[in-house]
Amino acid sequence: MGTITGALLSKPRVFRCIAIGVSAGGMHALSTIIPALPKDFPIPIVVIQHISPLSDNYTTRYLDSISRIHVKEVDEKERLRRGTVYTAPPNYHVLVEEDETFSLSVEERINFARPSVDVFFESAAEVYGDSLIGVILTGANSDGSKGLKKIKEEGGVIVVQDPQNAEVEGMPKAAIETVTPHFVLKLDELAPFFVKMAKHGRKKTELIPENI
Amino acid sequence: MINKKEFVSIDIPDFEDDFQFGWKKENEKIELDLLLEAIYQKYHYDFKDYSRAHIKRRVLYRMRISNMENLSQMQHQILYDRSFFETLLMDLSINVTEMFRDPSFYLAIRKKIIPQLKKYSFIKLWHAGCASGEEVYSMAILLKEEGLYSRTQIYATDFNTIALQKARSAIYPIDMIKDYTSNYQKAGGINSFAEYYTAKYDSVILDSTLKERIVFADHNLVTDGVFGEMNLILCRNVLIYFTRKLQNRVIKLFMESLTPSGFLCLGTKETLQFSEYAQFFSSIVEKEKIFQRKPDDNA
Repeated sequence: MGTITGALLSKPRVFRCIAIGVSAGGMHALSTIIPALPKDFPIPIVVIQHISPLSDNYTTRYLDSISRIHVKEVDEKERLRRGTVYTAPPNYHVLVEEDETFSLSVEERINFARPSVDVFFESAAEVYGDSLIGVILTGANSDGSKGLKKIKEEGGVIVVQDPQNAEVEGMPKAAIETVTPHFVLKLDELAPFFVKMAKHGRKKTELIPENI
Repeated sequence: MINKKEFVSIDIPDFEDDFQFGWKKENEKIELDLLLEAIYQKYHYDFKDYSRAHIKRRVLYRMRISNMENLSQMQHQILYDRSFFETLLMDLSINVTEMFRDPSFYLAIRKKIIPQLKKYSFIKLWHAGCASGEEVYSMAILLKEEGLYSRTQIYATDFNTIALQKARSAIYPIDMIKDYTSNYQKAGGINSFAEYYTAKYDSVILDSTLKERIVFADHNLVTDGVFGEMNLILCRNVLIYFTRKLQNRVIKLFMESLTPSGFLCLGTKETLQFSEYAQFFSSIVEKEKIFQRKPDDNA
C-alpha cells in the first residue's frame, strides 16, 4: 500500500465524482471494492460495466446486498448523490449533465459496447473537469482508454488497476498504453485510495506541500 | 513521520489554467445555445429542450470530423449550407433500433395487452419516433400472429425523413437477422422468423404484406400536434433525450391522442412518475413501462 499513504495533490481539491470502467472480471473486482467503502462515502461513484443487453442487472442487487453504501441502477434525470454507487443500465449509454443529473442514450455501440465507458468518461470530464477521478479496472477490450485520456486532459486524476493484478489485463493495459495514469493500484488498494482522496479534499491540514 | 518514498507526485494543471478552463467552457456553452437557436430559426427543428450532454456529444463529434475550430464556425456552415445541416440532423436523431428490441416487452404486449385490444372492432396504433421502422414491423408481425392485423391501422412517425424512407423500404442488413430471430423467439413468436423475410445478397426485405396497414408520416413531437383517437401509442427511448419540461409536453400530447383506456408504452428506463400527467394513467405492466389512460379524466 506504499503508493497511497500520502497522496499528493499540489492544492486542496474536493472530488465530486468517481467514474469506474470495468468489463470482464468485474464481478470479483467490484465485490472487493464496493463493500469496503463506508456507508456515507462522500463522493458519488458511477460504475460503467459491460453487461449483456438482456441482463436483469443482478450484479447491482448483489452488490447492494453485500455493501454498506447504497448501490443502484442509474435512472434518467436522477441527481448524483453522496453515499451512492450508480451502475449503468443494460443496453443504455450513460451521460452526465451540467446540473449533475444523469442522461441516458441508446445511440450506437461504442467499442462494441453499450453502455460504453468512453461515453460516460468523456461526458463526466466535460462536466467535472479537475474534480473527477477516472478508474479503469479489469476487462478484455480497450473501451475507456480514450475517455481516461480526456479526463486527464481536463485536469482529473486517473487511476488504472495494475494489469498484473487484474483478472483480465486487456483493458488496464490498453489504458496505460494510451495515457500515463497518475496511479497504478492493486485491487485491494482501491477502496482505501478512494477514502483517502475523499478526506484529502476535506481536511486542509493534511495537505502536503508541492514538489516533495 | 511521512516517508517521502511513499509519495506519488501528480502533474496537475494550476490555477491560471483553471481560469482558461472556465473561459473556454463558458464560450462553448454560449456557442451551443446560439447554434441550437440558429437551427430553430432557420430550419424550425427545435433541439433547445433536448438533453444537453447528448446534443453536445453529437455536435462536437461532427465538429471534429469536419475539421472545424469551434461551434461558431459550425453555426456559419449551418446557416449557409443546407446539406451540412441535414448531415447534422442525422447526427442529432438517434436511429439505432432492432427488431423486437427488449423481447420481454413484446411478450408482455402479447400476454397482457392483446387480449384487451381484441375487444375492439378496429384498432388505431401510433408508433411515435419509429426511426428506421424495425420495431413497427415487429409489432405488425405480432398483431398478424394474434389475428388482429387486418383490423389495425398503424401510424408510424418520425421527424427524420431519411429514416422514414428506410422504414418504408423495409430492407435491412442481413447480418442482424441472427439477433432478430433470437429476439423474435424470446418475444413469444409462434412461427419461424424466416417466413417474414426474403434474403438477397447482404440484405433482407421484409414480407410486403407487413406494410399493408402501416402509414409512415413525418411528425415532430416537439413542434407538431395531437394525432387523434389512438388505442395504443408506442414511444420507446425517445423521451430520454428530452428535458423534463419537454417530456411533460409530449406526455400531454400522448394523453390527448389516446382514447379513454388507451395504452401508452415507453422505453425500459422511461417513466411517467415525474410528469404532471401521471395521475391520468395507471401502470399496467410496471417492468415493461406499459401504462393505461384512466377512462375518467377527473381521476
